[in-house]
Amino acid sequence: MTTFSNSSVIPAKAGIQGRRSSGYPWMPAFAGMTLQVVHWCRAIRRIGIAHALIAVSAFISLAPAAHAADLPSLINALGQGSFADREKAIEALAATGDGRVALVLQALGDGDLYARKSDDAVFIVRKQGADLTLFDPVSNAEVATAAAGEIDRVKVNNRLRRAIEAALGSLTLMGPDPRVRRDAAEAVFKSRDPTAIAALDQALAAETDESVKAVLHQARAAALLGTDASEGDKLAAIAVIAGRGDRDALQLLQAVHDASAGPVQEAALVGVRSIERNLALWEAGQNVWYGLSLGSVLLLAAIGLAITFGVMGVINMAHGEMVMLGAYTTYVVQDVIRTSAPGLFDYSLAIALPLAFLVAGGVGLLIERGIIRWLYGRPLETLLATWGLSLVLQQAVRSIFGPSNREVGAPSWMSGAFEVGSLTVTYSRMWIIVFALIVFALLTLLLRKTGFGLHMRAVTQNRAMAGAMGIRTPWINALTFALGSGIAGIAGVALSQIDNVSPNLGQGYIIDSFMVVVFGGVGNLWGTLVGAATLGIVNKFLEPYAGAVLGKILVLVFIILFIQKRPRGLFALKGRAVEA
Amino acid sequence: MIAPFLLRGLDRRACVFLVVILALGTFVPLLNLALPPASPFHVSTYGVALVGKYLCYALLALSVDLVWGYCGILSLGHGAFFALGGYAMGMHLMRQIGTRGVYGNPELPDFMVFLNWQELPWYWYGFDQFWFAALMVVLVPGILAFLVGWFAFRSRVTGVYLSIITQAVTFALMLAFFRNDMGFGGNNGMTDFKDILGFNVQAQGTRAALFFASAVALALGFLVASAIVNSRFGKVLIGVRDAESRARFLGYRVEYYKLFVFVLSAGMAGVAGALYVPQVGIINPSEFAPANSIEIVIWVAVGGRGTLVGAVIGAFLVNYAKTYLTGALPEIWLFALGGLFIAVTLFLPKGIVGLVAAMPLRRPKPAPPPEAVAVTPAQAAE
Repeated sequence: MTTFSNSSVIPAKAGIQGRRSSGYPWMPAFAGMTLQVVHWCRAIRRIGIAHALIAVSAFISLAPAAHAADLPSLINALGQGSFADREKAIEALAATGDGRVALVLQALGDGDLYARKSDDAVFIVRKQGADLTLFDPVSNAEVATAAAGEIDRVKVNNRLRRAIEAALGSLTLMGPDPRVRRDAAEAVFKSRDPTAIAALDQALAAETDESVKAVLHQARAAALLGTDASEGDKLAAIAVIAGRGDRDALQLLQAVHDASAGPVQEAALVGVRSIERNLALWEAGQNVWYGLSLGSVLLLAAIGLAITFGVMGVINMAHGEMVMLGAYTTYVVQDVIRTSAPGLFDYSLAIALPLAFLVAGGVGLLIERGIIRWLYGRPLETLLATWGLSLVLQQAVRSIFGPSNREVGAPSWMSGAFEVGSLTVTYSRMWIIVFALIVFALLTLLLRKTGFGLHMRAVTQNRAMAGAMGIRTPWINALTFALGSGIAGIAGVALSQIDNVSPNLGQGYIIDSFMVVVFGGVGNLWGTLVGAATLGIVNKFLEPYAGAVLGKILVLVFIILFIQKRPRGLFALKGRAVEA
Repeated sequence: MIAPFLLRGLDRRACVFLVVILALGTFVPLLNLALPPASPFHVSTYGVALVGKYLCYALLALSVDLVWGYCGILSLGHGAFFALGGYAMGMHLMRQIGTRGVYGNPELPDFMVFLNWQELPWYWYGFDQFWFAALMVVLVPGILAFLVGWFAFRSRVTGVYLSIITQAVTFALMLAFFRNDMGFGGNNGMTDFKDILGFNVQAQGTRAALFFASAVALALGFLVASAIVNSRFGKVLIGVRDAESRARFLGYRVEYYKLFVFVLSAGMAGVAGALYVPQVGIINPSEFAPANSIEIVIWVAVGGRGTLVGAVIGAFLVNYAKTYLTGALPEIWLFALGGLFIAVTLFLPKGIVGLVAAMPLRRPKPAPPPEAVAVTPAQAAE
């Protein structure tokens, strides 16, 4: 009785939950790969689950349906008996292999299936206005309307819900959309339902998509391990699962290892070992990837700083605030687009890029003309003045936009993720790496191939000599500062995609950027690139062992020690001056 | 032998300054204790705590002026030395709580009991003794300064690089102290102190005594600093500040001079922190924030870099402005502070003391327009 009273509460909730994630029960269990799940969710939402199911049923009902005659009675059985009886009824329905069953089971899971009190017939009920409309579960045609008192909801509990999901998994194996088929196969893989083997075999025979076929094979192997199949079959199944090589496979094989004996157990152990090795390798790959991602962020934040510091010997403590200005420019651009031209939203970043460059570059030019040029030859004072400036800029932004985080949306081409092996690659991270490299390449070109770049390099190497050769060093200073600030601005556009846009955005990057510049050395952009990538990767490799904070501390200590060895950084300019 | 050395640095200005500080240290607590609250000359207990805090800040500013003003080392990490001194004192005060904590554990401070620690970590041993804590107040910042300075000065890391390194050090320490498993109270730091040397820290009399101690510490710090900068050693320091390579080529071991003054300054900052903690009643990792350390530098810059007296004046003025503005116009404070950074570096390169010194003696004209001051160094540099 307790279970009953318990379950009477759940369906109300299940109606909401079911619609969001119905048919995909493994989602909570899949915390490790949340992104992937989000991705699936999106895909599923796009298709529309009900739509897909109807399509499935239409597809399958073309096939001769031997069980068509007793289908209504099987469905009506759902409305009667205990939960155990209903579970049997669900299995019986799933065994028909009839696509129309999917719709009924879906409705049952969603709490939309009702039994009419007068004749115990089962209907799918949808609310239309004030009335409850009854639909025939087999033909999906409108039958009648009813008052709330005339019908009873067919109650489900968690056990039934699992049964429904397993049944749905095997039923959608034949769907027209490969993505749905693949998801269904994954569902079977996770449920390891031995009764699905027949459906899997049928699906395998019909399957044309290679990737779906592989998952079907894996699902079949998983299901097979739950039966009392021959030892040889089981060994083959273990090999198939070991080939899958992800965490789910690892879990499954471990369960098999614990439950079995003899050669099967040994094979499972071998499989577990190989998967663990495989996973370790992927983990290293993932660390490199995350490290590169962090490195690209550092590169974007530091590259403008490296230029100004290299040319002017001035540390711009307000550099982080230029990044912040860029991020806020993105926010403003998106805000304008949202209110006046929503269609342009996918281009918002492209529009924000030049604007952010102009805004931050313009502010940079003002700073140089207004403050920094009075402080040449006094780098420590410049450091203090720009720090004061960063406080003013932060407070100004806080006064205008408020202290809380502003939401910057991601255009469609930047959201989502794809998979490489067991590595989840989000598009935003990937594009930021690409973007950082493009910025780097353009800057290198600018420095190497243009007159302005030549002048800049000349001033970096020897200011007095460059001045004597007729280069207008104050002018170069101003333009360099504007350029560095502008690059910080476009870095802000990129960072707005992965970080909170708040007045404190810049402060989080300033010390890290300095570390990159100090580590990489000034006067050479390659130093910044190598420095950023190294620090990013080292940071991410330390994190699992030392934790995020301790990892960061270790990196700082490492840089301090490194400075001992090479006080001018990795790629130092060579020269004979006593004080560079 | 020490007394003549200390007294050598005293000129008229320094004497006046010392008298003012000691008078402040005597009269403020007296006016607080002796007069009834109704009297117009009564200083509230809040006022004592506030000015006591300023005195500690002044000592901290003095230590920064010693390295920056006289040796050209722009340390953006002095907040770390201050906080380390404060933590050493905080640990002693935590041990003094004994069984009066919430959990009543005689050995472990409350936050350790809360985190299920079974025994005191080794680095907490000895802090129940005041003399040991007092030693650590100077030693811990001193050792850190020695390590950082040893590595930095020996490999000739100077100027902006050095500033960034010191900032990174305090940033790293902040991250470390925010961790709960470091055993320093994590996020919340240490607070709820009960007594110091057997006296209740909250009591009016103890506060007055702490105030007086801060004033004495500031006066002593000033004596030591001015003795050093007026000695032969101080002349070398100034030489290092103005032309480091030249000093090195003249045969001075520049790194040892710098190292000595850096370590000494760190010890002073530690003492300031140790006096600060019982007066404000809390120490937490936000004291390590890089922004705090830069703020100290601006106190010195406002007062006048390389004048010692200026550092103290700057610390008092800026902190008073901060207390006033954060209370009255909180929106304005960061604008004001930021503007101060810019204005002082642009228009007041020698700070208030420099401005006052330049006014009556050198020029018959009234104070020069600020632009004139600003242009001169720029032209000189070009």
